[in-house]
Amino acid sequence: MSIQSCVTIINEWDIVAARQLGRNVAKELGFGTVDQARITTAISELARNIYLYAGKGQICIDKLFDGGKPGVKISAIDSGPGISDIRQVMEDGYSTSGGLGAGLPGVKRLMDQFEIESIPGDGTKIKATKWLR
Amino acid sequence: MDFRDVMEPKYRELLENYIKDQSEQALYAGQKFSRKSIEHKISPEEIVSLHKSLLMQMQPDLPENVLYSFDILLEVMIGYGLAYREHQSLRHKQEELRSEMEIAANVQQTLLGTKIPEVDGLDIGAISVPAKHMNGDYFHFVQDENNCISVAIADVIGKGIPAALCMSMIKYAMDSLPENRMGPGSILENLNRIVEQNVDPSMFITMFYGMFNPENNLLSYASAGHEPGFYYDAAKKEFTELSAKGLLLGVEKRTKYSNYHKEVHPGDMIILLSDGVTECRTDDGFIEREILIDYIYKYIHLSAQDIVNKVFKDLEKLQHFQLRDDFTLIILKRKV
Repeated sequence: MSIQSCVTIINEWDIVAARQLGRNVAKELGFGTVDQARITTAISELARNIYLYAGKGQICIDKLFDGGKPGVKISAIDSGPGISDIRQVMEDGYSTSGGLGAGLPGVKRLMDQFEIESIPGDGTKIKATKWLR
Repeated sequence: MDFRDVMEPKYRELLENYIKDQSEQALYAGQKFSRKSIEHKISPEEIVSLHKSLLMQMQPDLPENVLYSFDILLEVMIGYGLAYREHQSLRHKQEELRSEMEIAANVQQTLLGTKIPEVDGLDIGAISVPAKHMNGDYFHFVQDENNCISVAIADVIGKGIPAALCMSMIKYAMDSLPENRMGPGSILENLNRIVEQNVDPSMFITMFYGMFNPENNLLSYASAGHEPGFYYDAAKKEFTELSAKGLLLGVEKRTKYSNYHKEVHPGDMIILLSDGVTECRTDDGFIEREILIDYIYKYIHLSAQDIVNKVFKDLEKLQHFQLRDDFTLIILKRKV
């Protein structure tokens, strides 16, 4: 079962809207303040990537119930330039050394599950899930 | 017991103690707590959240705006927590690389290993120490069926892994040279052809090749642009440069190398080195070749191996134990 709501990311204010949406959902599902902050940080990072590199895209938040266990799934979808070397962007130190923030490895650390698909010239799809403990 | 389970009562105790009397002791307990929590991978945002929730329990009348301020602190600390975890993971990776390098260095040692031959009438000492893990210097001894002792000392321009990879090739090139006796000049000509064909054009190798015949005590040698060694004349107590002309290996396919000869008298020494020896950098710049001679002279009464070991120790100390280049020093001393 899944209930989805989305925010379109075009400018920096949309990042705030996406964070707010994520926080509301996380709070509703019963996540504590620390996990709420982690989920919103992950959303921030993904939304910022869209804003900075793809120009336009969507952040969608799903409520998941896996055998009664609630979770929140963040999907970041854009049709930007894509990532040609995923291994490189998933490497520690690649984005942080350039001052670009926590980067995708940071998102992966903040969440429980992480999936990335990207086709150069076509866009990027990232899904990250966190389960309520 | 899991640290997470005792974390809350422990932190509560710390807070209560400090709020009561603001003692240094309570602060010290806080420091110890942080060591434990880092050890158990507790992230900074968790500490902030714990702090806030305990404060709410302990001081129920705390103004709301003070409590709100912790949300900002929590948000800020998430970034620090991530940076810390990234740092940990990079450190782990560095550790992996280090051990991989150590293995590579061991493999290199095995690949390039050479035994210092034991010969009547000749006392031989050799030391080769890499600046980093892998050695770009190389030396090799061969004792043929006529009891001639050949010694090769080589240096790849550059250091570290690329230089070391290149050296392995040189070693196999030397091993595959035809068995029949060739002079040092023709050996260098052969190696030059191999290097020219197989090595990256930006990489050059210098080499000195010497061959000592114990029958007539004659040293024949040739050099491919290698740092000149020294010859010690025991009768005159005098050091002279053991120079030979020749282009670096790998520059020009048809390079010719001349053979040079020298008669070795009892007590005389042949000193071969890499530029890592003369390019020892001290606070006053590179050491002079004369200073190196002084160091060798200081230990001249010792065995060849002791001389090279002691000279290395002295020069290492002179550079505050930081080698900037691979260091190789070989001494062949005709026994008296």
